[in-house]
Amino acid sequence: MADVLVIGGRKLSSRLFIGTGKFPDKKLISAVLEKSGAEVVTVALRRIDFNAEEEEENILNHIDERYILMPNTSGARNAAEAIEIARIAREAGCGNWVKIEVISDQKYLLPDNQETIEATRVLAQEGFVVLPYVSPDLMVAKKLQDVGAAAVMPLGAPIGSNRGLRTKEMIRILIDQIDLPIIVDAGIGRPSEAAEAMEMGCAAVLVNTAIATAGDPVAMAEAFGWAVRAGRQAFLAGPGRVLEEASASSPLTGFLFEGAGSR
Amino acid sequence: MSFYEVYLQFKDFDFEGFFASVDDKDIEQVLGRDDLDPLDFLTLLAPQAAKHLEAMAQKAHRLTIQHFGKVILLYTPMYLSSYCSNQCIYCSFNAGNHLPRKKLTLDEVVEEARAIAATGLRHILILTGESRRMSPVSYLADCTRVLLEYFSSVSIEVYPLETKEYETLIAAGVDGLTIYQEVYDRKTYDRLHLSGPKKDYRYRLDAPERGCRAGMREVNIGALLGLEPNWRREAFFTGMHAHYLQNKYLETEIAVSLPRLRPVREDSTSYTLLSDLDVVQNLLALRLFLPRCGITISTRERASLRDNLIGLGVTKMSAGTTTEVGGHSQGEHGHGQFEIFDRRGVPEIKAAITRKGYQPVFKNWHPLPRSAG
Repeated sequence: MADVLVIGGRKLSSRLFIGTGKFPDKKLISAVLEKSGAEVVTVALRRIDFNAEEEEENILNHIDERYILMPNTSGARNAAEAIEIARIAREAGCGNWVKIEVISDQKYLLPDNQETIEATRVLAQEGFVVLPYVSPDLMVAKKLQDVGAAAVMPLGAPIGSNRGLRTKEMIRILIDQIDLPIIVDAGIGRPSEAAEAMEMGCAAVLVNTAIATAGDPVAMAEAFGWAVRAGRQAFLAGPGRVLEEASASSPLTGFLFEGAGSR
Repeated sequence: MSFYEVYLQFKDFDFEGFFASVDDKDIEQVLGRDDLDPLDFLTLLAPQAAKHLEAMAQKAHRLTIQHFGKVILLYTPMYLSSYCSNQCIYCSFNAGNHLPRKKLTLDEVVEEARAIAATGLRHILILTGESRRMSPVSYLADCTRVLLEYFSSVSIEVYPLETKEYETLIAAGVDGLTIYQEVYDRKTYDRLHLSGPKKDYRYRLDAPERGCRAGMREVNIGALLGLEPNWRREAFFTGMHAHYLQNKYLETEIAVSLPRLRPVREDSTSYTLLSDLDVVQNLLALRLFLPRCGITISTRERASLRDNLIGLGVTKMSAGTTTEVGGHSQGEHGHGQFEIFDRRGVPEIKAAITRKGYQPVFKNWHPLPRSAG
């Protein structure tokens, strides 16, 4: 049976989502998408110049129509702004997927979970496929589930920090308790960390900075593609049990069997 | 609490004594640290740190790419009015100078907007001299509404306003505030600003904070380096001001400009001008102290230096600049606010940024209906 991820009624065979900020050249984006095998691409509405003087200035012209466009609400500081950004993006023809990003902290770029829940509630009612970006918190994730989120996207570490899965234990709880796809967004700095997230049972990962700021973004995108597939396969294969310490003998219960051989 | 209290705290600090005590080991230690405190920042501003510029540059380069990517946002200033009731001895718009004064009508604003928008730019900074009579808040609001037909972001660089007035302009569609203290040293400030409302040091010093409180998305501060002989001290106060604002107003994007004084012909004062090395040291120290802070370099710097500063921490640059009222659509007549050193148009600057391996970005905000926010 094919391993597909279903979000918003769409069947995805790739579990790597790509962000499009921070690239040294917009022209790299199409090759990055191609090599990564990704199907879902997020773009900040704030960066889309719909009436650009030159065609190549409009970032959408670097993203083939076969990809699922997921506009994000980067720049929103509260639910009302995120809702407006999502509506504008849909009106402008960017489809009905949206990644909610509500950030009122410009120092660490941490999301505002409460405003994110509110934006998710309103937009889900309006028929959007809503993927909210949040700090990993079980109660928040439950509420997002209740108000109609299509997935939950917890951060692994602050945006752009490339620090890896610092929130691993919290994410593990979300995977265990939430019936929605859990997609790690932000913090993943290396393919090995993407693989680690997938091995844990995350449904997908979203990567931007680590690819966009790599020496060779296209090669790095391909590496992430492999890592995500490897991690997923490892999860499906069911890793063998890893014991904390070797236990050849039974120091606590061995006494029960002492002398058994000589009897 | 106002930044003034931070200023008072450091006003009598022995900067020279501190600088004299800084040795190479101190600088290396600071370079090995992730989170810098104010004295670490000051260590990097010490004359001794000039010997460590390459190491500072490597780290600044890495941090900037990590937080901003290889991306430079482009914008251009649009001068609306040159009427000014201040007498700042270093500025051409000084009320004491005889200058053909001009204020754009709304039709002329449209002409300017068309000329600029045709170059692809989407972020605009509107400027006026300080004359509440000639360029009142209502005029700025009218201009903003007109400009939003052509641009996705309108910022203001005008005289300091009340919080309520900033709110009025935000409601009209303004999303950014640029206001330079010019000089942090209070005595020097008083000496250079001969008369006019700008003499009120505190009112200007607290203006960025009023902008944050009013809900500006971005607040951009700066000192005009060179006005006060001790630029290192001024650079320190500028960084501390940004640090203060960022910690207190988490939702506002704080940015810093690093304008270097270029004396205007009407001003015969002798200044201690900054060298290119000083400019670079200041930029690097600021980036290491405030890794997420926006940094703007204007066309007061010549093209070759600006190109070399890309990659050291700059995130925003002006392009196709004129400092003259109506200069984009009516030609220039030598009546600008200050002299431009990088006279390149948008296509040339765009090409220069691309050659450096960076992406020139024209649009970084999408205006929302006024009901939001």
